[in-house]
Amino acid sequence: MADVIEVGAAREGAPPPAGGRPRRGGATERGHRATPYLFLAPYLVLFGAFGLAPILFGVWISLHQWDLQLPNRPFTGLANYKDLFSSDSAIYGDWWSSIRATGLFTVLSVPLLVVVPLGLALLLNRSFPGRTFFRAAFFAPYVLGVAVIGLLWRFLLDANLGLVNGLLGAVGLPADTPWVTDVPWAWVSLVGVTVWWTCGFNAVIYLAGLQDIPAELYEAARMDGANGWARFRHVTLPGLRPVLLFVLTTTILASANVFGQSFLITQGAPGEQTRTVVWRIVDEGLRDYDAGRAAAMSVLFALMLAVVSIVNFRLFRYRED
Amino acid sequence: MTSLRRGVRYAVLLLITAVFVTPLVWMLLTSLKTYDNAQQDPPSWLPNPFSTYGYDQIVNNTANPVLRWFGNSLLAASLHTLLVLVTASMAAYALARLRFRGRKLSFALIVGTLFLPPTSLIIPNFVIAERLGWIDTLTVVVVPGAASAFGVFFLRQFFLSIPQELEEAAVLDGANHWQIFFQVLLPLSKPALATLAVLSFLTNWNDFLWPVYVLFSPERLTLPAGLGLLQGAYVTDYPVIMAGAVLASVPVLILFVLAQRHIIQGVSRSGLKG
Repeated sequence: MADVIEVGAAREGAPPPAGGRPRRGGATERGHRATPYLFLAPYLVLFGAFGLAPILFGVWISLHQWDLQLPNRPFTGLANYKDLFSSDSAIYGDWWSSIRATGLFTVLSVPLLVVVPLGLALLLNRSFPGRTFFRAAFFAPYVLGVAVIGLLWRFLLDANLGLVNGLLGAVGLPADTPWVTDVPWAWVSLVGVTVWWTCGFNAVIYLAGLQDIPAELYEAARMDGANGWARFRHVTLPGLRPVLLFVLTTTILASANVFGQSFLITQGAPGEQTRTVVWRIVDEGLRDYDAGRAAAMSVLFALMLAVVSIVNFRLFRYRED
Repeated sequence: MTSLRRGVRYAVLLLITAVFVTPLVWMLLTSLKTYDNAQQDPPSWLPNPFSTYGYDQIVNNTANPVLRWFGNSLLAASLHTLLVLVTASMAAYALARLRFRGRKLSFALIVGTLFLPPTSLIIPNFVIAERLGWIDTLTVVVVPGAASAFGVFFLRQFFLSIPQELEEAAVLDGANHWQIFFQVLLPLSKPALATLAVLSFLTNWNDFLWPVYVLFSPERLTLPAGLGLLQGAYVTDYPVIMAGAVLASVPVLILFVLAQRHIIQGVSRSGLKG
C-alpha cells in the first residue's frame, strides 16, 4: 500500500501537459478552462454524495438520538458513545459480545489467510503444464458471492444431511459434529469456509508479487550454496515485504467486516455468540431504527480498525530498520 | 527423481483442486436431485433419479420470484457497470492528463477513502438514500456503490502508463480533450476498461449486505438478497435452495471462464499498486 503513495508521488513530479497557451475567454488550445471539471463532475457528484458526505454525516448522526421512524432527532452529544462503554446500558452486552465475535474471527482467520495462500502461490510460481488451470480452480470460489457460498456451506455443514459429516462418517470418524450450531465448531466452520472462499484471492496477489522478484537474486543465492529454505527466508520473504503488508492489512480489514458468513451459515448461533459487529450495527440501525447508536458504533469501530492498521504499518516499518 | 517429484506435485495440486471444486460440484448435483434423494443419509453422490424438481420449484414460484430476482440483478449489475465505466474513466482522464486547481486534493481524498471499510458508511448512506426516496428501488443498488474509489484509481494508473506521444499527434491535428479522450485514450485502454467492467459487474452481482437492508418488496429484490428468503422458506429442502444458488453462480462462473485473464490481472494489480 505504501506503493500507492509512492507511485502517485513519483508521477506528480512529471506534470501532465498544460492545457496549452491561453486564449481569449478562458479557452485554451485544447478546450475550455472548465473542461477538467466537466470530466471530473459526474464522478465527484457520486463520490461527494456517497463517499465523502457520509463520513461527516455519520459522525453527525452519532451525536443525536436519531430514530429513523421519529421526526425529532434531539442532539445528545456523546450519549450514544457513553452507552457503549457503560455496563448498565441496554446495548453494552450485545455490543461487546459482537466485538468479541468479530475479534475472535479475525484473530483465527487472518494467520491462515496470510499463510495458506502464500503456500498456494509458491506451488504455482513456476511454469508447468496446467498451471493456469490450477490457478483458476483455486480462485473459482472467490467469484461467487457470500449469499451463494453461505447457502452452500450451511448445507454442506448440516449435521444430519451435510456432505462434511457424510465424508467423516465414511472414513469412520464421528459423523454427528454440530458444525453450525455449537462452539467451538461454529468458529471452525466460519473460519474454514472463509479460507476456502477467499484464499485464491490472496494467492493471486502473492503470485504477482513473486513474479516481480528478480530471478538473478535466486541465482546468486544458489551460487552461495543457499538451500530451498534459505532462499525462501532471505530472497522470497524480503522481496514480498510490500505485498505481505498489503495482504495483511486488507485481510484484517476484510475479516473485521465479516457479515454474510455468520448471517447465513451459523445465523449467529449458538445464542448470539457468532453475531458480528457489522451485523450488530446494521440490525441496530436499520432493523431497530436506532441510527444514532448504530452510527456511534460505526465510528468507534472504524477508529478501532484505523488503530490496528497503523500499528500494522508501524510494526512492518520498524522491522525494516 | 524429477518425474517422481513432478508426480507428487500434481498429486498435491489435484488434491487441493478437489477441495476447492468439490463443494461447487456438490451444489450442482444436489440441485438436480429430488427432495427424498437429498434427504438420504449417508448422502448419495449422483442424483437418483436426475430431476428438475428444484428448478421447477423456483420457476413457478409467486412468493419467491427467483427469475424476477435474476432479472433485477442482471439489470442492476449492468447499469452499475456502465455508470462506473463512464464516471471513473472521465475522472481518471482529468486526474491523469489535465492540470487544474484542486487536482491533488481531489486525488488525495479519493485515494484516502480506499482505506476506509465501506461498511462504516452504511448507516449514513441509508439515511441519504432514504432522503432521496431511493429505498426499495433499483436505483439504490445501482448508484451509491459507484462512488467506489477503486475504478478511478485503477484507470488513472493505467492512463499514466500510456505514452503521451500517442496523444500529441492528435493535438497537432487540432483535437480537443473530448476527442483525445474518446478517440485516442479510450480505444487504447480497452483491456483496462474490460477488467474494470468485469470486476464492477462481479462486485455488484454478488453484493449482499446492502440489498438485504435497502430492498423490501419481494418483486424488487436482487438475487443474493432473495436467496436469503429462499433459505428461510425452504429450510432443508436443499434441491430448491441449491437450484437458486446455481442460478446465482452461473453468470459469474461464465464470466470468470471467459474473462479469467482480466479478473486475475485486476486482482494482481490491486495488490501491487493499491
